[in-house]
Amino acid sequence: MAIETEPGTTQQPGGADPGAPGPVRAWWRRPAVHTAVIGAVVGYAVGHWIGNLFSASYQQLPLSDSYDLPIVLGYLLMVIGWLIGLGFFNDAFLQMRGRRLQDYELRGGGDVGLARYFRFTHDHKVVGIQYLIGMVIYFCTAGLFAMAIRTELLSPVHHVFSSSVYVEIVGEHGTMMMMLMTSVILGPFGNYLIPLMIGSKRVAFPRLEALSFWLTPLAFLILLSAILLGGFHMGWTGYPSLSVQDGAGVDAYAFAFGLMGISMILAGFNLLVTVICYRAPGMRWSRLPMFVWGILGTAVMMTLAAPILTGGMYMLLLDRTAQTAFFAPRLGGSTYLYQDLFWFFGHPEVYILALPGFGIVLELLPVFCRKPLFGYKVAAAGMVGVTLLSFFVWQHHLFDSGINPDMRPLFMLTTELISIPTGFIFLVGMGTLWKAKIRFTVPMLFCLAFFFNFLIGGLSGVFLSDVPADTTEHGSFFVMAHFHYTIMGGLIFAFMAGCYYWLPKMMGIKLHERLGKAQFWLMFIAFNSTFLPLFAVGLAGQPRRVFEYARNLQTLNDWVSISSFFLGASILIFVINFVWSTVVARVPEVGNPWQSRGLEWQTSSPPPADNFAAVPVVLSGPYDYGVADGPPVADLDPPVGVLSAANSGTGTDTARAEV
Amino acid sequence: MSLPVRVGTLLVAFLAVVGGAIFVVIHFFLAGPPVIDFTAGVAPGQPVNIVLQEDPQNTVSNRPDWVSYFIQDPKTKQWVHTTLFKVPAGARVNVTVLGYDGCTPLRNPFWGKVTGTIGNTATVDGRTVRALNSWRTCSVAHTFSIPGIGLNVPMGSPTTIAENNNLCGTSPCTSGPHATIKFSFIAPQTAGAYFWQCRVPCGGGYVTGFGGPMQAPGFMTGQMEVAS
Amino acid sequence: MAADSQATTPDAGRGGPNHGLRIFLIWLVLAIVADLLIGFLLAPHMPPGNMSSSAHDEQGAINVMALMSAPVLVFVLVYFAYALTVWRQRDGDEDDGPPLHGHAAIQTGWIVGTSVVVLALAVFGTVELINSHGAGAGEGPVPIWKPPGTVSLTSWSPGAPLQVQVIGQQWRFTYRYPQFGGFETTQLVIPQGQWVQFNVTSLDVIHSFWAYQLGVKADANPNVNNVAYTKPTQLGQFTVRCAELCGLWHGAMFDYGKVVTVSQFQAWAASTKAFMADVTTMLPTYATTYDPTVIPAFRSGPVMKKLGLTSAGGGYYPPQDPVQP
Repeated sequence: MAIETEPGTTQQPGGADPGAPGPVRAWWRRPAVHTAVIGAVVGYAVGHWIGNLFSASYQQLPLSDSYDLPIVLGYLLMVIGWLIGLGFFNDAFLQMRGRRLQDYELRGGGDVGLARYFRFTHDHKVVGIQYLIGMVIYFCTAGLFAMAIRTELLSPVHHVFSSSVYVEIVGEHGTMMMMLMTSVILGPFGNYLIPLMIGSKRVAFPRLEALSFWLTPLAFLILLSAILLGGFHMGWTGYPSLSVQDGAGVDAYAFAFGLMGISMILAGFNLLVTVICYRAPGMRWSRLPMFVWGILGTAVMMTLAAPILTGGMYMLLLDRTAQTAFFAPRLGGSTYLYQDLFWFFGHPEVYILALPGFGIVLELLPVFCRKPLFGYKVAAAGMVGVTLLSFFVWQHHLFDSGINPDMRPLFMLTTELISIPTGFIFLVGMGTLWKAKIRFTVPMLFCLAFFFNFLIGGLSGVFLSDVPADTTEHGSFFVMAHFHYTIMGGLIFAFMAGCYYWLPKMMGIKLHERLGKAQFWLMFIAFNSTFLPLFAVGLAGQPRRVFEYARNLQTLNDWVSISSFFLGASILIFVINFVWSTVVARVPEVGNPWQSRGLEWQTSSPPPADNFAAVPVVLSGPYDYGVADGPPVADLDPPVGVLSAANSGTGTDTARAEV
Repeated sequence: MSLPVRVGTLLVAFLAVVGGAIFVVIHFFLAGPPVIDFTAGVAPGQPVNIVLQEDPQNTVSNRPDWVSYFIQDPKTKQWVHTTLFKVPAGARVNVTVLGYDGCTPLRNPFWGKVTGTIGNTATVDGRTVRALNSWRTCSVAHTFSIPGIGLNVPMGSPTTIAENNNLCGTSPCTSGPHATIKFSFIAPQTAGAYFWQCRVPCGGGYVTGFGGPMQAPGFMTGQMEVAS
Repeated sequence: MAADSQATTPDAGRGGPNHGLRIFLIWLVLAIVADLLIGFLLAPHMPPGNMSSSAHDEQGAINVMALMSAPVLVFVLVYFAYALTVWRQRDGDEDDGPPLHGHAAIQTGWIVGTSVVVLALAVFGTVELINSHGAGAGEGPVPIWKPPGTVSLTSWSPGAPLQVQVIGQQWRFTYRYPQFGGFETTQLVIPQGQWVQFNVTSLDVIHSFWAYQLGVKADANPNVNNVAYTKPTQLGQFTVRCAELCGLWHGAMFDYGKVVTVSQFQAWAASTKAFMADVTTMLPTYATTYDPTVIPAFRSGPVMKKLGLTSAGGGYYPPQDPVQP
């Protein structure tokens, strides 16, 4: 299974010929963000012009306000122009013409300097950092929209925003969080750490990986551009007929969401293949770190579910531009078709947002408990079980919508079944804590909070799976509180844990610990103070996405709003800590500050361009803390020839037994 | 890079982000049509007289093909492109609408019924009506509906206008054939914002005719603010 | 469930305090207290109240869920609190913990225990769903659970399910009573102690008819009839809100309905029928769904030449509407 690589031979990302460096151009003549922006602007202008050309021959368009086609074509060519500007197609053209690749990463020491973070690169470590910065920016932007929502909900009668702007802000917040935060852990930590954790020098498809990142800024900007077009007023789910009825902002929504779907497919597929095919010798499935299992499950779900989303969004765009009738019931279409397509993606997506969090907390718990993971196979089975079951529960979003009533007991059953593998995660976490020597570091605090939050989120999910109870809870703030507990309380807390734990590895610097603890306590208390009352608000009958609510709920809503501002302040502390530690203070942290057995910590921090001097041979599992006289994690300098001997089956050396 | 350069870059980036956010909030989120105040100078117990006109287009906005209402400012007598107005609580409100627009059938003919006005009637060109059948003859241009107080008045539109399609071409309209609709209602005692809308699918080019102007304050929907 | 397996700890009886027993006892006391509090203090007031048969069932279901999940919640919290207090790293102790890789009995016990609880909940939910004739949720055009009584579309007498059509439109629900001459009104009034069949449909986008205190929620889909049942048992007012984002004024799309006695209801229906008589004649014939684009009076030609409108369809696909297959 594992890749055969001779130690000593250079393994080049992108498969370029290492022996032939061309001349290095000046930075402004090399493709990077600035050329990409030029390409995008030109692309949008050309696409808009072509769209208008088409529209002129549509009889109905001058009569109406359907000027969607120029906008969608503009976005389409904008993406292509952006990628041309980034140099994404350069290698393909060079190879077609039989020329040598201009791969700057192959020159001695690799591609160094700050400028590489603004380029299309083949180094998974650079892509990981790009993702990290991008995700923090996207998260904070969407979080500001959340602050705006809570500001408006301070009063049921006095309004800060008009109802139109309010719904627009709700849609921006929801969509931005749900589409971009799918990659909040898989993007930075998955891309950066998976090769290090499985002992590989590269990912399987470096170009697809970089492409998956470089589509996210576009998705982000296109989604924001909806504000310029008047916004979209149908929340993040975008149900037709409302989304067909609404103005041009929906084009931005559908295009951005579809584009992010493509990014998810690429990111997932790359990591899926990497984990399966690029594990170092000795990295058996039974030695795979839990984080890798979590990312593997996420990657499977992304690869299989995101195409449905992209298809659905494409059909929505066709309904709006080409005037097809996929979702127009009067003309033979069905609004249920969209709901099914959307939730067939949407429910796996919820687990796309949960599994990386499971992975991080189970990865970190043994390190800070100084104990092996309790029930490794149960944990892996939990991840796999969630991955599989996530595809069979989506119609529980449609319990009240008038689907075939026969389906409801079935989906009630599958939904409740999914709490079994989720329970495995709790069993493993609790078993690991048994008689441990718990170290209360900042990442550990976030991990423990993850269990607390996810427990409440998971149990409230059981309420929602029951059809009679769901009749009251569906579409209310109860649901809203539930999924914020699983996503914000789960995913984002795990992301924070990952940041504090792995930034010494990724950037060679340490985040400020006391600021980190202050952030944790503020975030934990403010988060629970924000979302726990919302269960009561929902049960008391407040539907989602309303800007007016019953006056007797004002006290609770005000409490929630004020708590949410504290929650925002805690994120601000994180941003300040992050920027201060990475840009200003830069306290170096080069070793293995957590005394972790993870393979990623066995190489230097930050790792060299090709990760490991030689492909390591893994000798034991990653969680064997406290095992007396156990073997080390890996042999980082295996004798030359050991791998080919192992793979050919004729070797008799000691490594053979371990491989 | 040296420390001052790094910190300086940070500050510049920070200021740019804050500036951008403030611009978006002010320019996109807080902007909206003005509110016409009918509370000033009205003694308690006195009725409030509101004059509106409905136009087949709105050439003073950047959406010239959207149907629109205009409100006459009580002081300056100028037509203002807005649908937001403010009335005192509990006052009798006399509304006069100059209907310059042609007719369109109601999506739900139930809204041809006049409800919520004093006497549950309205007058169209001096003729008292209780209900208009927009499906038998083309007789309704828009409706003026405030669901929060149960008000619903179909805006009558004499069929000749529709058949001729001889509608005024620049807004606000000052001449040309039009209907005059009058009705009165009592503003609610509870202060707050009460939205009003049109129920005729006049958002041409949008599915079910309810997009565009129908969902844009300043055109076919707006708010009645009741001051305490 | 989980605590049973925890009682047999990996090294019980090997000296030292019996952590498992301690956790079990703390959990037992707190779980009983929590369930007693929920059962006696919270349960009678649990939303959505007790105003109708479906609300009663939903209240019961939520209570069962709460009673079931409280011990689970308490168990995990007690375990974490105990672990974080007792098993923290002591000052100067840099050693690793005991190398426990798992415990077959505990793992098996946990898996079996959670499976039993989950399957029991699924069975409970299904039984509840059947007993309550669909639990007040929208069941689509062909409901498989029906209340007793034969439905007549021309008249209603106590004992038969009352037909109420809920028509969602931007941004108001209207209600049609086919058994009383098919009048339409903005008021929702229903009789106490009688089964009510809500036929929910929409004229434009998707809405969701949520009669909160009645425990009824059914999406209003265009061109689809979505049926939900309930039997109001208490007199009084209830709130109706739209629970599916439907455009600009979704937040303001709410009104109030009333449950009255049968005789009051019949009087109300008669007077409203008379009041609405003029507009009732203008309405299309009662049907489970409506297509406002088909208006016989206007088939002859365009109404407004300016927009090319031929009907109340809004003109998104004019003038060459795709032909229905």
